Amino acid sequence: MFTDMPILPVIWFAVIGFAVAMYIILDGFSLGIGILFPFSKSDSQRDLMMGSVMPVWDGNQTWMILAGAGLYGAFPVVYATILPALYLPLVLMLLALIFRGIAFEFRGKSRKYRHMFDLAFAGGSVVATFAQGVVLGGIVHGLHVSDYQFAGSTFDWLTPFSLFTGIALVFGYASLGAGWLVVKTEGETQNLAYKALRPLTLLLLLAMAIISAWTPLSNSAIAERWFSTPNVYYLSIVPVLVVLLAVNIFFDVTARREKLIFTKLVMLFMLGLIGLVISFFPYVVPPSVTLWDAASGPSSQSFLIVGYAVILPIVLIYTAYSYYVFRGKVKPGNLHHY
Amino acid sequence: MFGLDAVDLARFQFAFTVSYHIVFPALSIGLASFLMALEALWLKTGNEVYHGLYRFWIRIFAVGFGLGVVSGVVMAYEFGTNWSVFAQRGGDITGVLLTYEVLTAFFLEAGFLGVMLFGENRVNRTTHFLATCMVAIGTLISATWILISNSWMQTPAGYHLVDGHFLPADWFSIIFNPSFPYRFVHMVLAAFISVSFLVAGVGGYHLLRNGKDPAARKMISMAMWMAIIAVPIQIVAGDMHGLNTLRHQPAKLAAMEGHWENQPGEGVPLALVGWPDMKQERNRFSIEIPHVASLYLTHTWGGQIQSLKDFPADERPDVPLVFWTFRIMVGIGMLMLLTGVVGNYLRWRGKLFTTPLFLRWVTIFSPAGFIALIAGWVTTEAGRQPWVVYGLMRTADAHSPLSFGEMVASLTGFIVVYAIIFAIGIYYILKLIRKEPQGELPSGGPGQNNTPKRPFSATLESFDD
Ligand code: HDD
Ligand code: HEM
Ligand code: HEM
Repeated sequence: MFTDMPILPVIWFAVIGFAVAMYIILDGFSLGIGILFPFSKSDSQRDLMMGSVMPVWDGNQTWMILAGAGLYGAFPVVYATILPALYLPLVLMLLALIFRGIAFEFRGKSRKYRHMFDLAFAGGSVVATFAQGVVLGGIVHGLHVSDYQFAGSTFDWLTPFSLFTGIALVFGYASLGAGWLVVKTEGETQNLAYKALRPLTLLLLLAMAIISAWTPLSNSAIAERWFSTPNVYYLSIVPVLVVLLAVNIFFDVTARREKLIFTKLVMLFMLGLIGLVISFFPYVVPPSVTLWDAASGPSSQSFLIVGYAVILPIVLIYTAYSYYVFRGKVKPGNLHHY
Repeated sequence: MFGLDAVDLARFQFAFTVSYHIVFPALSIGLASFLMALEALWLKTGNEVYHGLYRFWIRIFAVGFGLGVVSGVVMAYEFGTNWSVFAQRGGDITGVLLTYEVLTAFFLEAGFLGVMLFGENRVNRTTHFLATCMVAIGTLISATWILISNSWMQTPAGYHLVDGHFLPADWFSIIFNPSFPYRFVHMVLAAFISVSFLVAGVGGYHLLRNGKDPAARKMISMAMWMAIIAVPIQIVAGDMHGLNTLRHQPAKLAAMEGHWENQPGEGVPLALVGWPDMKQERNRFSIEIPHVASLYLTHTWGGQIQSLKDFPADERPDVPLVFWTFRIMVGIGMLMLLTGVVGNYLRWRGKLFTTPLFLRWVTIFSPAGFIALIAGWVTTEAGRQPWVVYGLMRTADAHSPLSFGEMVASLTGFIVVYAIIFAIGIYYILKLIRKEPQGELPSGGPGQNNTPKRPFSATLESFDD
């Protein structure tokens, strides 16, 4: 179908998709911890929860900058349409992330104002996640673009669908957060996470089901892609896998298989992203802009790919290394960075 | 409201957030090189005072770097949120340059910063010193990319225009566009100088409390050497930068000089002060020295430059803003020169550390560099108006299709949040600065809880008091 199209934009699509996926997983669980914060029982429990992401959150967040700047360089049209179209939720997200970042840095350095930093951490995480969900919903719902510029109005993004995806992402990140806490903590904190996991997984599954029904119902092209033969035979594997994974997570919680739960949650998220790609490829700003329309010229894309090819592997190795270094459970005894 | 529209608010918001951001990278650029110098001196002489100073300043560096990252994240999105038409038409060039800046910063954060901040007792001295050098070089590379991008918008080169799109024709000419070399030298020197005067101020503050403190003495002494060497170079560089601007952006230069029209056969006067009146097209209350501007701009007694009236009214920048921010910058530059001369005279007389009046002056003067730096940027950026890409694309055509209400809401949000964060950050930095300038060893690193991914964890100082 797309054989006569240049390949470089597709490579870039994969590179930026990878950065987005990394962001969603990595910052997803960090934000999830913030979402679960209000359910903690004590100050020391909050110390542990925060401590479990403390060493890595900044690096996790950096994937968002990499994805954003990469879009500007490789797909200026995506950058220039989505950002103004979703202006208010994006600004809200940036402001919320600032609060969360500051809370990370200063909470442990203060006793007197600790409750305020607690609030900034939880509030910042919930608001940033909700806003990201709204952005996702807004893009999926489709943007009114003409002549490569956003041509809609201020509150186009505000639909029942985007509010729904906002709430759904809060549950989604919370489940990732709980999965992470199960891996990184023990005792009471771990129990708290275990208890949260089943209802959260159920809600996540429900949300994914609703979104998968909602999008084809409101968009016939997507329905066509999923339900036409022969597509339906091999694409139905995606929902089947989702259900299998979710059921699996339920059993893993009973059997207390710590690491498997988080891994499977990550796989759930990946399947969700794959589902989105199936629905929309090659459109990057639904319903009208394809990745070839949006791409910057070959000279720009090839100039930029050199930098990515050099730096991305190094960053990946370093990231893996820092996770390795901070492996194991956080305990009150190894939290001296406070 | 107040005769402002959404574009004005978008401009103000961009200016506000970037002015806030630039303070921290400038601090990082200057401090990283200062730390490199301290460590080199320590390794060479074995004098522990240098080592103490290294540990003292590295904490401030860590906090400043952290705030630079937090405010930089916002910047990376603002081109799209506020200037979507520009982002789409210019993205092939500026987007690529910006991405390289972020990649460099990312790389830096991921690699050497960690060893620099936490590795002191885990790696050997040479390796640690190399890490410090790499961080210092990294901040310079980061600045290089963003300055290329900005300079290209000032003096575009190496592009071709296809349907209103700027497509790269020749990356070499894009990168080495006509104003980049001047801007780079001037900006990097500005960061060095700003940090020197900050260091001098902190030294002065501690000497006023304990006149014997060897670390405080060292700070003042080093800063005064820097002042007497770097400030004159900066003035020469600034002058060359101005001559380059005269060639490429004559309307901006005329605004900087407040030069409305040429009188036949007369040289250009230097307007020391005055209030440029855009409606009457003249300066009110001005004090002028005849011929002086001709001397430094054309190097002749009666040479003329293009005046504001040579440009249609809608191609002139906001003259009072450019005129005054330029004077603030140059004024501070002159005060710095004076401070450097007085300081070194006192050194020669052996009184550098014992003249309370001078110590008090450097303490008060310590934020001056950062003020000059912002003033310089406002001159540059406001002087480019009404163009985003000079002479080719107007700011009024570059902005996103956003409503007035959206801009008011977001601007309010940014101002409130930045005010809070700034207050917290500055409060904490001041707390660090007030400590005796002999730091304890920051420990941690791989296998420990303090980590490069979290610059702040280099400091253990409590926030409360
Ligand atoms: C890579 C590009 C870039 C860089 C490094 C900077 N700017 Fe800028 N600036 C812009 C790109 C830009 C812009 C997006 O292109 C704006 C918005 C509208 C315009 O014409 O230029 C702008 C406008 C703009 C204005 C508004 C001028 C006016 O509307 O009258 C001010 C005061 C500043 N900037 C200040 C700064 C400061 C203090 C900087 C120091 C770091 C700075 N800019 C760096
Ligand atoms: C509109 C302009 C700018 C944008 C969009 C921007 C973007 C960013 C971003 C996203 C970061 C954080 C990267 C990270 O995660 O580490 C950053 C940091 C940094 N920026 Fe900028 N920046 C701008 C202006 C500048 C200017 C004018 C300079 C210097 C001349 C500069 C120098 C730096 C440096 C050295 C850092 C590293 C962090 C630090 O030292 O504080 N930036 N910038
Ligand atoms: C006293 C002599 C100085 C002169 C003659 C001078 C000259 C100039 C000129 C002409 C510009 C505008 C460039 C343009 O047209 O785009 C400029 C910009 C600037 N100046 Fe200065 N300057 C001086 C001192 C300083 C000092 C002391 C600092 C800070 C410590 C400083 C920081 C800056 C910065 C950050 C910019 C904007 C970036 C750039 O365009 O390079 N300047 N200066």
